Amino acid sequence: MTSEIVQKYFRIENLPHIWCPGCSNGVVTRALTMAIDELGLDQDNVVVVSGIGCSSRAPGYLDFNTLHTTHGRGLAFATGIKLANPKLDVILIAGDGDVSAIGGNHLIHAARRNIDITTIVFNNNIYGMTGGQYSPTTPTAAKGTTAPHGNIDKPFDIAQLAAAAGATYSSRTTAYHVNQMVKYFKDAISNKGFSMVEVASICPTYYGRKNKSGSGVQMMQALKNDFIDKMAYEKLPEEKKEGKHLMGVFKNITLPEYTAEYQRVIDALQGGENNE
Amino acid sequence: MSKKNIKLMQGNEACVEAALMAGMKFFAGYPITPSTELAELSAEKLPRIGGKFIQMEDEIAGIAAAIGGSIAGLKSMTATSGPGFSLKQENIGYAAIAEIPLVIVNVMRGGPSTGLPTSPAQGDVMQAKWGTHGDHAIIALSPQSVMETFDITIKAFNLAEKYRTPVIVLTDEVVGHMREKIEIPEPGDIEIFDRKVPGPGEDYLPYRLEEGDIVPKMAPFGAGYRYHITGLFHDETGFPSNSTDNADIMLKRMISKIEDNREDIVMYDEFMMEDAEYAIISYGSTARTVRNAVKTLREQGMKVGLFRPITIWPSAEKEIKAVGRQVKKIIVAEMNMGQYVQEIERIVKSDAEVFHLGRANGEVLMPIEVVQKAKEVF
Ligand SMILES: Cc1ncc(C[n+]2csc(CCOP(=O)(O)OP(=O)(O)O)c2C)c(N)n1
Ligand code: SF4
Ligand SMILES: [Mg+2]
Repeated sequence: MTSEIVQKYFRIENLPHIWCPGCSNGVVTRALTMAIDELGLDQDNVVVVSGIGCSSRAPGYLDFNTLHTTHGRGLAFATGIKLANPKLDVILIAGDGDVSAIGGNHLIHAARRNIDITTIVFNNNIYGMTGGQYSPTTPTAAKGTTAPHGNIDKPFDIAQLAAAAGATYSSRTTAYHVNQMVKYFKDAISNKGFSMVEVASICPTYYGRKNKSGSGVQMMQALKNDFIDKMAYEKLPEEKKEGKHLMGVFKNITLPEYTAEYQRVIDALQGGENNE
Repeated sequence: MSKKNIKLMQGNEACVEAALMAGMKFFAGYPITPSTELAELSAEKLPRIGGKFIQMEDEIAGIAAAIGGSIAGLKSMTATSGPGFSLKQENIGYAAIAEIPLVIVNVMRGGPSTGLPTSPAQGDVMQAKWGTHGDHAIIALSPQSVMETFDITIKAFNLAEKYRTPVIVLTDEVVGHMREKIEIPEPGDIEIFDRKVPGPGEDYLPYRLEEGDIVPKMAPFGAGYRYHITGLFHDETGFPSNSTDNADIMLKRMISKIEDNREDIVMYDEFMMEDAEYAIISYGSTARTVRNAVKTLREQGMKVGLFRPITIWPSAEKEIKAVGRQVKKIIVAEMNMGQYVQEIERIVKSDAEVFHLGRANGEVLMPIEVVQKAKEVF
């Protein structure tokens, strides 16, 4: 029996999805629909945009206005849609490679503008779709098909990157922490400005195999064990901090939103028209 | 009462004026010489009419945002030159396969690479057709004057809307920056075409071609149709399809919607061609030089005419073929090392001998050079 949420928000006719067994993409996508449902958004008014990658296939399964674009460019397309029609609720789904490698420039600029778009990153620390090459979030020393001797790069912290670039809401959770994920999605969508939710995810097929991380279940278990709330982390004794990753809300402030500011320009010009 | 609205303006300025008259409501781009005025004027004018302008972080984002604007229902434009045109290529292909109306202005400058930033060239003619990967059809128009920039920009928006396709306005540094008097038509005197949208409550499939339509109707996002757009091959539903049969049908439809409507899309101009025994084919600002040269050659008793394609892609195949049958020899004059000449050779075949006159060092061709070349080969 498919649940009510799935019935309402998924394009059942397009299932089964292309994702591997054990992949966390389904969990995260479903959590997004739960957040949208709890917020009571009008389905016709929701636009879900993506780039290219395994995660970026999610919009095709979702019953909204959905746009699957080019690799890394989702935020630029989304910016056009949002500016053209600010009434729309615009959400971007992106992979770590999509949003922080090829699309990194668009990410920092969308964040800087504080345009009202919610970005959800499925961060599996790898290029899933192309078969396991290292991404900008692959941990140092981890393996990928293009890092067969171990990755020497230092990884990006996407949530902090977005916060530093100007996002007014930025948080990180994991695919394991479904309740928190739904809450963060709701808060992010409700924030009038650029919002980032980075979801630590898993790719058992490539990342898992290359790094001997075990099955999907074991990798989910690792998300549970390795991620710790940033407040709780502070209280941990030094020796226990090793290997822990932070989750939580990194930024939640209010600043003028881009499309609203643009509307002010329009209003000022049009109001002043009579005096010209 | 009908006092003519005569204005002195630059080609780039005329382009923006025309875009606004055609219904442009959205512009996204990134500054680059010699196209920058297009962004500056759009930034100045669009918010006054409730439209939107945004300067994006690069040209890729510029075209992506413009496509987004179009998907949200606004007539959209982006503008660039040389290096920026290269950056836009991937998303030109996206707009082609997803069938998104969009106008892309490329004010051509000398290349490759940063090349000759402030000098004219016509080196992007082949790139306009084949710059993005994969098979597709494209429309590209090239004006020779400020007035024609105005007319062509209106036509570009109309064609984009009518055929759900990206349309490239291929102008150049000379036309973009020169100032000429133009007559701005009354809004009621020009034909404006708006994309067809599905009616309320219509059983809508985003890529289904209805009887009597050239392209599928296009619903703006947010209007209640909830459909999917992708750059993957897709079927009538808009969802990806791996079927080779479907890919074949779709690709052929995408190409034929343009190739089969040449009658409507192709514009050209002829000068002293009626009794010509020799033809010079030239477009954009170079055609002005050639026109001048043709007059000189006629005065000297040579039966030379000018054939000027205004629509570069799809090419005026039928008319160029006829030129080839009419004359013995053809010179193709263009500001590049030999691009459109290849298209002319392909069409004309052995009907006439084809020569090339061109260079790409930033200097425009002079009438005397055209005259000399004509005397040499004709
Ligand atoms: C311009 C361009 N470069 C490269 C690719 C190939 N490519 C497709 S998806 C991808 C990486 C996907 O990784 P990520 O964004 O992390 O998504 P995931 O598959 O892991 O969900 C790459 C490199 C492409 N489609 N387009
Ligand atoms: S390759 Fe990895 S990210 Fe892609 S579907 Fe499979 S498990 Fe998921
Ligand atoms: Mg990834």
